[in-house]
Amino acid sequence: MYSLRVNGTQQHVKDAWIGESLLYVLRERLGFMGSKGACEQGECGSCTVLINNDAVCSCLVMAASAIDTDIITVEGLAPAESPNDIQQAFVTEGAVQCGFCTPGLIVAVHHLLETNSSPTEIEVKEALSGNICRCTGYGRIFSAVQLVISQREKSIS
Amino acid sequence: MTIFSPRSLTEALQVLDEHPTARLLAGGTDTMVEINFRHFEPTDIISLRHVQELQVFETLSAGYRLGSAIPYKQFENGSFSHVSGALSEASRTVGSPQIRATGTIGGNLGTCSPAGDTLPVLSALDAQIELSSVKGIRMLSIHDFMLGVKRNARVSNEIITAIHIPKINGFQGYAKVGVRNAMVISIASACLIHNTDKSHISLALGAVGPTIIRCRTAEKWLTENADLSTSTALTTKVIEEFGRLAASEALPITDHRSTAEYRKHAVGVLAQRLLKRAMK
Repeated sequence: MYSLRVNGTQQHVKDAWIGESLLYVLRERLGFMGSKGACEQGECGSCTVLINNDAVCSCLVMAASAIDTDIITVEGLAPAESPNDIQQAFVTEGAVQCGFCTPGLIVAVHHLLETNSSPTEIEVKEALSGNICRCTGYGRIFSAVQLVISQREKSIS
Repeated sequence: MTIFSPRSLTEALQVLDEHPTARLLAGGTDTMVEINFRHFEPTDIISLRHVQELQVFETLSAGYRLGSAIPYKQFENGSFSHVSGALSEASRTVGSPQIRATGTIGGNLGTCSPAGDTLPVLSALDAQIELSSVKGIRMLSIHDFMLGVKRNARVSNEIITAIHIPKINGFQGYAKVGVRNAMVISIASACLIHNTDKSHISLALGAVGPTIIRCRTAEKWLTENADLSTSTALTTKVIEEFGRLAASEALPITDHRSTAEYRKHAVGVLAQRLLKRAMK
């Protein structure tokens, strides 16, 4: 047995096989269903979480190796039923179609704006280059990011 | 199976010595794909995540010592992006931001894929690989370290602890061909380093042979046929011949990513482009 610190709370992982990915443990052992599993090889970004403030693919992290790290999942970014500004901007701009890539994108956008509050268009594209969306064509996703940036700038001034 | 999470290098080397068949886990971006797809059934795992010594960066008198568990992102645009322009460029082409935050330079060496993005850079820089075991440290030239497709000279009780690279005055560049800009494994890649102090240009090719290919023939020809003491532009004839010689040294295969013919052509073009960028 080992334990992981997820969204600030220590979680005990029982009966796990050591080779399990963090994505599998989050979803199947701990019930955090926000992170999605698609490619399981780091190509799609739908399983993106933060580990020690880095956005990483949870499918490529061996869960048992992530002891003593700070893991933040999409559930940790805002309480259920009260979306944060990034989530709200995705809704406002229609940046969600099937929604499967959305949690990973929300975490990736959160991470980008935490490290760079006024990214250029190309910096946004590069920061989201590891998150694949097969529905939207990305236009509305980029619009949502721009909306958050302008809203946050306004609230500061 | 057991996972060990040593908290120091001494502890890690001790555990490895007692469990020489254990898989060393650095970032995990290669190993976890193997496990997720059931291509590899781990027995014992030694996680290097909490071994602080492997994260250490040092400036030496003639170069740098890079801790093996430093992730790509630190070389791309992070704290250590100044150590080598080519290493920065190569790191930026690895996978996605998520992969670059996780995968490590030592992991690239451990996997030793011919398409490993930082490996042509380490070859062109004549890097020295630091291997540690409970018995001590040995240094190995990158050229002796890489043996073949996913094969290297690390023995089972050793950990790749650091990479030593020289500080170079002059142009450094990395170029890669893939199907798109993000998230690609290279079809062909090349790294060119212009050492203006030594009036020498070195060129290494990736993904066009069982391991990284150092273009000794093209390098020697260029030294004999061009003045490399400055960055003065070269004639088209010289640039084309350099590209032709580089392509002739490639030993590509045809696989699901590309054909041998295209790869040979591509590395010739990359060599010419890098030489033009270096000498202008």
